[in-house]
This record gives sequence, structure tokens and C-alpha cells, in this order.
Amino acid sequence: MSVLKITDVSKVFAGNTVAVDKFSLDVADGELVCLLGPSGSGKSTLLRMVGGFERPSGGVITIDGEEITHLSPEKRPTGMVFQSHALWTHMNVFKNLAFGLKLRRLPADEIKRKVEAVLELVGLAGYGNRLTHQLSGGQQQRVALARSLVLEPKILLLDEPFASLDQHLRERLREEVRDIQQRLKITTLFVTHGQDEALSMADRIVVMRDGRTEQIDRPDVVYRDPKTPFVAGFIGTMNLIEGTVSNGVFIRDSLRVPLPIADGPAILAIRPESLDLVAAEPGMARVHRVTDYGTHGLVDLDLPDGERIKSMVSHPDLFKAGQGVDLNPTAIAAFRDKMQVYRSQT
Amino acid sequence: MTALAPSRPRLDATGIGFAIVLTIVIVLPLLVVGTWAFTEVWRYPNVVPQQFGLRFWNQTLGRADVWSALTLSLQLSTVVTLLSAVICLPAAYAFARMSFPGRNILFFSFLAGHAFPKFGLLIAIAAIFLQLNLIGTFWGVVLIQLVGTLMFMIWIPVAAFQGVDRRMEEAARDVGAGPFRVFWSITLPQAAPTIFAAVLLSFVGTFYETEGAWLIGAPGIRTMPVLMISFINNQMVIQYGAVLSVMLWVPSFIALMFARRVIGGGAFARGFGG
Repeated sequence: MSVLKITDVSKVFAGNTVAVDKFSLDVADGELVCLLGPSGSGKSTLLRMVGGFERPSGGVITIDGEEITHLSPEKRPTGMVFQSHALWTHMNVFKNLAFGLKLRRLPADEIKRKVEAVLELVGLAGYGNRLTHQLSGGQQQRVALARSLVLEPKILLLDEPFASLDQHLRERLREEVRDIQQRLKITTLFVTHGQDEALSMADRIVVMRDGRTEQIDRPDVVYRDPKTPFVAGFIGTMNLIEGTVSNGVFIRDSLRVPLPIADGPAILAIRPESLDLVAAEPGMARVHRVTDYGTHGLVDLDLPDGERIKSMVSHPDLFKAGQGVDLNPTAIAAFRDKMQVYRSQT
Repeated sequence: MTALAPSRPRLDATGIGFAIVLTIVIVLPLLVVGTWAFTEVWRYPNVVPQQFGLRFWNQTLGRADVWSALTLSLQLSTVVTLLSAVICLPAAYAFARMSFPGRNILFFSFLAGHAFPKFGLLIAIAAIFLQLNLIGTFWGVVLIQLVGTLMFMIWIPVAAFQGVDRRMEEAARDVGAGPFRVFWSITLPQAAPTIFAAVLLSFVGTFYETEGAWLIGAPGIRTMPVLMISFINNQMVIQYGAVLSVMLWVPSFIALMFARRVIGGGAFARGFGG
């Protein structure tokens, strides 16, 4: 039963680079929260501050109400899994897992029992005598996870743990990690720049940018109801079209979409799957390219002024390059001054 | 999936050429010296000695000064290497991992001893040692030879410590190890093969060091190389020198064999990259 509470935490590096700017987050017991953002958004720095590897310039971090802000890593009830695995190559798998237990002066037979149990948990039973370089990338990452889990940390920290693995393995491992996390009900903070990972694993996603929170929500909400144009553009594919609103109609070139907000500049957001196409000549836009993915098709469109937008269609064979189409959005959102000002009900 | 047929390694003409040239340059002189050590008679036009024998070995090994020189050389090399390790390894760790004022200048100063003609430096040091009554003493020679090991024992271990993945150390902190435990259980074992190579180079380098030992140690301290020089200078019998040089190979040969076992083939090839 562990709760992580981060309050107004900042990190300013030498040269006054602000990596994390008054960040606050509560992670509930047994919850898996993803920190998602582009490189340099401060997500790894934040994780490293929770793990004790960076010293916060300000703010407070508590676990179960106990302040750990300035404790060194070895005194924190956190377990970190690094992107590079960081396995100790001069020890075999068993010794890697037993190291932390030995530091806690557990009896040898208990260490053996715990290590074997955790190897079983990550699907590597019988691998204790292997050297780390004899393992595949996925197996190494499982050992790294086991090394943290065997100590039963209150908070599990994962720093882009799958970044060095190939796509196929990544998908399998994230399911396994999610299963293990839910089975152990361990409170977890997970850093990634891959939105797929965040959407498929997290209970909640924190979208970060420039050391600040853009949005904290459940994955489906972050996808369907992005609160800022940054989140809209960062999660999934989104057409973000800049234009002006006049008398309740959004205008960009030949594109006209009803938008019941006050007159002025706005950014119109439409997901490709929410943009239906109707053949028309000359039409609002022209087909640039059609890509058939089997299950669906993706149509690249050019507005007359050259702006490129995308539409997902179920029958790509209906469209050809050069053809004129009218655009018929089924769900839209609009942003002004970096805030959501309108969202259509779907 | 079908297994690919193992491709036959291609013959590398340039590589073979280099190997042959290196063999001639390195192995041939060793062979000649080795042969001389076991030769009693070998006169000019003959390619093969007329008479082999162990006479000169008996004569050389029968001399008390050879044994005392060998013992002295081993003692000196051991003391110098140990002292050097005690002084240099913590310094190397500091250079690799900490930042402090004057770090770079200090770091490069360890090259200074090798940047100038060594003999001039030795003469200057000898003048100082003379006033300190260190000339002709064991510890005088230890000090002068220590200077010679500094570069190896700082520069190579610095590279070794820098080569250790910081994430490995952080992972150890994460599972509960304090800074000293991390150094002992993670950093040092990770850097060990490279550091061992530096220690080995120091030992062998000290064992063969001649100029300093001769200039500072004479006349009381006679190491193996110093003794060999005096043998070669005083007598026109080649075999004495040959026997001594074969004896001098032994420690470095043993050291290298040992090194291969500890470090493994890869580390030498990778240039001790850590």
C-alpha cells in the first residue's frame, strides 16, 4: 500500500536550464502512471529525482507520507529499471538479483528462495547461472526488472525500459510488465516517449512539455479530449489546421467547418478517422496519395494553399491521386491561446 | 530457417605480410639471443653453433651477485608497483569521476615526466637526492622508479574508471549499496582487467628500468639490468649477456601468461578500453 506524492518539484541545472518546473503529481496505491513527452520534456529528470539520482532544486517528494526529497538512492524504498538494463556484467544472473538482498543481510536460503521466485515471476526460471551477456535483450530487461522487484520496493520506477528493444519484443514485454505490475499491485511511475506504450499500459498519462504538465488523464481521455494543441498533436495522429473563425464558421482557404465560438484565430483539430471524404470537383481539397494498409487506408490531402492533412478511410480503392474531394468532419475540437475552446460531442 | 554455410575466412595478404615482418623483427633477435645463451662455441661462418652447452648458465648462476641482483629487482618492482597502486588508483578515480580546480593541468602534469629527455631529468633529480642522502639507497631507487610508473598508473586507470557505466553504479545505489560498497563491488571489478594491465605494465617496466636505477642506485644498488650492462661492458663474452637476458625474459613472460588468463584475449585487442 504505497502512495507517491510529488509537490511543486523543480530542477534547475547549471546554466539556469529549467528541466522540471514546479511539477506536482499524486500516484495512487497500485497505480501505473506514465510520464509521456518528447526528449527534453523533463520526464527522465523527474523520475531520477524520485529515485534519488538528481537533487530537486525545490519542492517535496513523499512516499506514504514520509518525506524522501533529499534521501540518497540507497535509503529510498524505490526500485529503478534503467533503459540500458545496467546489469552488472561481472556477476551472473543470480548474483545480480541477490546483491541487494545480501546488503540487507538476509540468510542465504531465504535469498535463494526469493531469487528463484522472482526469476519464475519474470519467466526466467533456471537462468540463475547464466552470465548477463549470454542473455538476449529482452531477457536482460527481465533480469533488470527482477532485480528491482526482488527487493519489493514501494515504488517501481521504469525509465524507458523497452527503448532498446525491437518493436515485436517491446509489445510483448509491455504486456508482461503490465501483468506483473497488476498482479503485485505495485505503485509504478513509467517514463516513455512512445505514445503506444503509454496508451496501452498506463492507468493515467502525464503529458509533459518543457518540464511542465500539459495534461493528466486516463489514456482514452488524453486521446479523445486533448486539452492543449500540444497534447492533440503529440498523442496519435491529428490534423491541426490554423485558420480564423468568422460568424460561427472556421475558414482556412477553401475549407469551411461550422464552429460555434467567438470570432478570431483558432486551431481546428480533426483526427484522420473523424474526417470523412466525399468525391467532388473541384472540391475543398485534392488527393495527394492513397496508402492501403489492408485493414484501412490513409489518404493524404492537399488544401489549395498546400497545407497537408490526413484522412483515414475504410475503402481506399474509392480514391485516386489527383482527385478532388469535399471534407466532412464527424468530430472536431478547437484551440485558441493554447487552450481547448470547443469540442464536438460524438 | 536454413543455416548459412560457414564462410571460409579470406586470406589477407597485407595482414600476412605484416605478420611476417613483425615475426622477423621481434622473434628473430630473440631466437639469436636464446641460442647464444645455450652455446659454448659459435664461430663466424657457421649458421648453427658448433657446440651447445650449459657452461655459461652454470657460471652465471654460480655468481652471488646475479642472485642478489635478481632478488633486489623483484623486491624493487614489487614495492614500486604496490606504492604506485596505492598512490595512483585513488588519484585516477578522482580524475575520472570528480571535478576540482586544476584538474586538467594536474592530469597532464603526469605526462611531463615523459615529455622531456629522461636523462636530463634524472641528473636534476640525482642532484636533489644527493643532498637528501638518497643516492645509492633502496628507497632512492624506489622513488625514482615510482616517477616512471605514474603515467601508466594514472592514465590507464582513469580510462578504466571512465569506461565504467554510471548506470551500473546507480543501479547498485538503487538496491541499497552505499558509495563505498558501490566502488568495491561494482566500479572496481568492472575496471579491474584494465587496472590489472596497468599494474602489470608498471611491474614489468620497473623490472627493466635501467637509467634511474643506475644513476641513483650506483654503486650500492645493482638491479638485473644494471648488472647485465656491466657484464656486457666488462667482458667480451657474449654468452653472459645472453644468459642474463634470457633470465630477464622470465618475469615478463610469466606476467604475460598470467595476464592472458586474467584479462582474456579480448581486452588486449580492444586496447584496454575497459
